[in-house]
Amino acid sequence: MRERLPVLLFAVAMAAIPLIPGMPPFWIVLLDNIGLSALVAMGLVLLTGVGGLTSFGQAAFCGFGAYTTAVLTTAYGVSPWLTLPLSLLVSGFAAVLLALVTVRLSGHYLPLGTIAWGLGLFYLFSKLEFLGRNDGISAIPPLAIGSFRMIDPGAIYYAIWTAVLISALLTMNLLDSRTGRAIRALRRGHIAAEAFGVRTPRTKLLVFIYAAVLAGLSGWLYAHFQRAANPTPFGAQAGIEYLFIAVVGGAGYVWGGVLGAAIVVILKEILQSYLPYLFHGEGQLETIVFGILLVVLLQLAPTGVWPWLMTRLPFKPDRKRPDKTLTLPARMRAAGTPGALLQIDHARKQFGGVIAVNDVSFDVQAREIVALIGPNGAGKSTTFNLITGVLASSGGTISVHGRNIDKAPPQEVAKLGIARTFQHVKLVPDMSVLENVAIGAHLRGHAGAISSMLRLDRSDEARLLAEAARQIERVGLGDQIDALAGSLSLGQQRIVEIARALCVDPMLLLLDEPAAGLRHLEKQQLAALLRQLRDGGMSVLLVEHDMGFVMDLADRIVVLDFGTKIAEGTPAAIKTNPEVIKAYLGAVA
Amino acid sequence: MLFLLQDGITNGAVYALLGLALVLVFAVTRVILIPQGEFVTYGALTYASLSAGHMPGTAKLAVAMGVAAFAFDLFVARRALHWRLIARAFVVNIVLPCILLALTAWLADRHPPVAVNIALSLVIVAAIGLFLYRLAFQPLAHTSVLVLLIASVGCHLALQGLGLLFFGAEGQRGPTIMDAAVTAGPLRFTGQSIAVYAITAAFIVGLWLFFGFTLYGKALRATAVNRLGARLVGVRTTLSGQIAFLLASVIGALSGILIVPITTLYYDTGFLIGLKGFIAAIIGGLVSYPLTAVAALVVGIVEAFSSFYASNVKEVIVFTLLVPVLLLRSLTAPAVEEEKD
Repeated sequence: MRERLPVLLFAVAMAAIPLIPGMPPFWIVLLDNIGLSALVAMGLVLLTGVGGLTSFGQAAFCGFGAYTTAVLTTAYGVSPWLTLPLSLLVSGFAAVLLALVTVRLSGHYLPLGTIAWGLGLFYLFSKLEFLGRNDGISAIPPLAIGSFRMIDPGAIYYAIWTAVLISALLTMNLLDSRTGRAIRALRRGHIAAEAFGVRTPRTKLLVFIYAAVLAGLSGWLYAHFQRAANPTPFGAQAGIEYLFIAVVGGAGYVWGGVLGAAIVVILKEILQSYLPYLFHGEGQLETIVFGILLVVLLQLAPTGVWPWLMTRLPFKPDRKRPDKTLTLPARMRAAGTPGALLQIDHARKQFGGVIAVNDVSFDVQAREIVALIGPNGAGKSTTFNLITGVLASSGGTISVHGRNIDKAPPQEVAKLGIARTFQHVKLVPDMSVLENVAIGAHLRGHAGAISSMLRLDRSDEARLLAEAARQIERVGLGDQIDALAGSLSLGQQRIVEIARALCVDPMLLLLDEPAAGLRHLEKQQLAALLRQLRDGGMSVLLVEHDMGFVMDLADRIVVLDFGTKIAEGTPAAIKTNPEVIKAYLGAVA
Repeated sequence: MLFLLQDGITNGAVYALLGLALVLVFAVTRVILIPQGEFVTYGALTYASLSAGHMPGTAKLAVAMGVAAFAFDLFVARRALHWRLIARAFVVNIVLPCILLALTAWLADRHPPVAVNIALSLVIVAAIGLFLYRLAFQPLAHTSVLVLLIASVGCHLALQGLGLLFFGAEGQRGPTIMDAAVTAGPLRFTGQSIAVYAITAAFIVGLWLFFGFTLYGKALRATAVNRLGARLVGVRTTLSGQIAFLLASVIGALSGILIVPITTLYYDTGFLIGLKGFIAAIIGGLVSYPLTAVAALVVGIVEAFSSFYASNVKEVIVFTLLVPVLLLRSLTAPAVEEEKD
C-alpha cells in the first residue's frame, strides 16, 4: 500500500478543499471542470501517451456519455444512476465500432482518422432531432442520493473527484501489470510485442475502449453537472483541447493528465477573466495568448510538465524487488521426439523482383547450436522473419516438430516455444529492464485487464516478475534490473533481449547478431551461457558476423549468399569450403 | 447537374492546392499544418482589405513576428555571434518585413492594380509563414509528431484569434481577377473559375518540376525521407523546413485569393477549407501529390452535390467520405514496421 500513499494524501487534500471556510464557490466550479477534463485526459494518457495511438475524437465519446443520460433521464425518466452503466456502455460500444475502422490504421492515418469521425459525430449531434439539434437537451435531473440532490457545485465535486481518483488508481494498476506492459510496448511498434505473444490489435482495441469509457464517464458527469447537453463541448475543438491537456501535463503519465487539466483549465480561466481588463477586451485575445503560451510551454518542456516536475523531486520512489522463490510452470517438452525441431524446406521470399530467400533448406535438431552466416544482404534476417511469422513466405514449408507454421502469426510461433532477439534492438526504452524482460513471459501469465485494474492479478504478476528477474540474473545483468532499458549500452540491450527471449521458456532461441557491440569478455560469457542453454536442452539458431565467436560455438553452420544456401557443415568444414571463401573474400585471383 | 460538377471542380481545385501544401509540409517537417486554414484567410482577407483601400493588420503581424524571430536567432547564436550573422538576421527578420509594412501603408489608399494587391498579399503571408516556422516549429523540430501537432493547434488558435482582431467578425469579398466569361454549351465559365483551374494546374506542374528537377526540391525530399541522413550529406534541414513553410503559406494565401471573389470569407472560414484540403491529403496518404489532387477534386464534387441535395448534413457527408478510404487503407496496410519516435 505504501506506493499508493501519495494518492491517499492527494485524496484527503482534495476532500478537504470544499470544507475550507470561505472557499469561493467559483474555485469549486473550476475544480469540477478540472476533474471532468482530467478524466478524459487520463484516457488519452493511456491511449496516446502510453499506447501511442493519437486520438482527436475523445470529446465525441464524452458526447455519447452525456447524450445517453440526457435522453434517458429527460425523455424516459430513468434514474441517473441507472444511466451511468448505460452511458459507459454506449461510449464503449461506439469505441468498438470506431476502433474497428481506425485502430488498425498505422502511423499518421490514425490521428487524422479520429479528427474525421470527431467532426462527423459533432455534426451528427447537432443535426439529430432527438438530441435537440444545436440547442441540445436541457433540464437534466441532478444526481441524487436519497433526498440529497447534488445541485450545488460543491456537492457534485465529490462525485467528480471520486471518479477521478478511482479512475487514476485503476489506470495505474492497469499500467503496472501484464496487460499494462503490453500496452506500453505498443508505442514501439508491434513486431517485438507480437513476437512474445501480445495480440496487438486486441490490446489497441482495449486501450481505445478504456479511453472512451473514461470519456463517457466524464460526459455523464458533465451532463448532470451542467444539467444540460449541447453539441459544442463535444466538437473537434474540445477533442483537440483534451489532447493538449494530456500533452502539456505529460502524455505518458496518469497524473500528467490531472496536472495538465489543472494547468489548461486554470490558464484559460485566468486569461478569460483578466486579459479583457488589461487590453480593454477586444476580439479573441485569450485564444491568441493561450495559443502562444501553449507553444512556449511545449518548447520549454516538450515531454510535459509532470515528468519535468518529477525529475526535480528530491527523493526517488524505491522499487520493489521481485520475490525470486516464485516459479512459473515450465513448458512441456516432448521427450525424444523423432525428427528435427525446426525444419525449413525450400523456403522462399520474394519482395517484388528481389528474391531475398531463394529455396533455402536446413534444419535445427534438439540440443544443437546452428549458426546462419553470410555476407550482408544474404537473407539471414529475412529467414528469421519467415520462421517467426513476421513475414509470410512466398513458397516452401517451415515446420516445428513436424507441425507446419507457414501461415502462423508471430503469436502462434511464440506459443510453440520459439523466441527471438532482433538485429535492431526492440526494447521499450522508458521501461525498466525488469519490465522489458517480463514482456517475454507474457504468454505464461493469464491475468486480464480487469483483474489487473482491481489488483486481483498479484500472484500471477509476482510469478512473472520473479521469472523475469531470474532470467536477468542468468544473463548477468542483475545490477541493471531497475535501470531504464534505454540507458544501457547497445551490447547490454542485446543481452536484455536474450533474457526477454529466455522468459518464453523456449525450445528454440533465435538470436540475430547477439554478440554485436559486446566486448571480448562479454562475448565469452555469452558463448558460455549459450552452451549451458544447449546442454540444458534448448536449441539455438544464431546469425552472427563475428567468425571467431561462431566457429567456437556452433555445432553446425549454414552459409547463405544472395538468398541462396551455398554451404552447410561443421565449422571446420566451412572454414575450408572454397564457395564460402569466395563469397566472403571474392574469387581467388 | 453539370453546373454542380463545375462548382465542385472549382472548389476541388482549391482543396487540391491546400492538400498539396499539407502533404509538402508534413513530408518535410512532420508538422500537420493546421494553421494552413489561417494562411487561406490571411491571404484572402489581406487581399480584400487592400482592394477596399484598408491597411491590413497582417503586415504589422509580419513585422512583430520578424522582431521575435530576430530575437530567437540572436538567442540561438548567442555563443557565436559575429557581425555578418547579425546583419543577415537583421535584414531577413526586420528590414524585409518593415519594407513590406511601409509599402503596404503607402499603397493602401492609392488603389493599386489587382496584380499588385495580389503580389503584396502573397508576400505578406509568405513572411508570416516563414516566421511561424522559425518561431514555433524550428525549436521543436526534434520532438514527436504529437508535440508538433499540438504546437500546430496552438498556432492555429493564436492566428485565428489574430485574424478576428485584424479583420473583424464580418465577412469580406474581394474583386475578381478576371471578369471575362466563356460560355460553352450549357456551361458558363467565369474568368475566376478559369483562373482557379489554370493556377492549380500550374502549381501542380510547378511543384512536380521543383521536386523532380531542382537541387532544393531534391533536398526537401531527402529531408522528408530521412532527416538525419539529409543532414549528414549537408542538407540544411532548417532551410528545408523554411522552404516548406514558405511554399505552404504562399499556396494557402493564393487559394484564399482565388476563392474570395467567389465566396464570402470570414476570419474563421479558413479552418474548414483547410480541413477539406486535409481530407484530400489523407486520402492521398500524406505522401502522394497526384493522388491528393484527384482526391481533392472528388471532395469538391461530393461537397457540391451534397450541399445541393442535403445541405443540412453536407459536412457529415464530406467527413464520412474518409471512412471507406481509411478502411481500405487499413485493410491494405503493409506489415512493415515503422520507426516511431
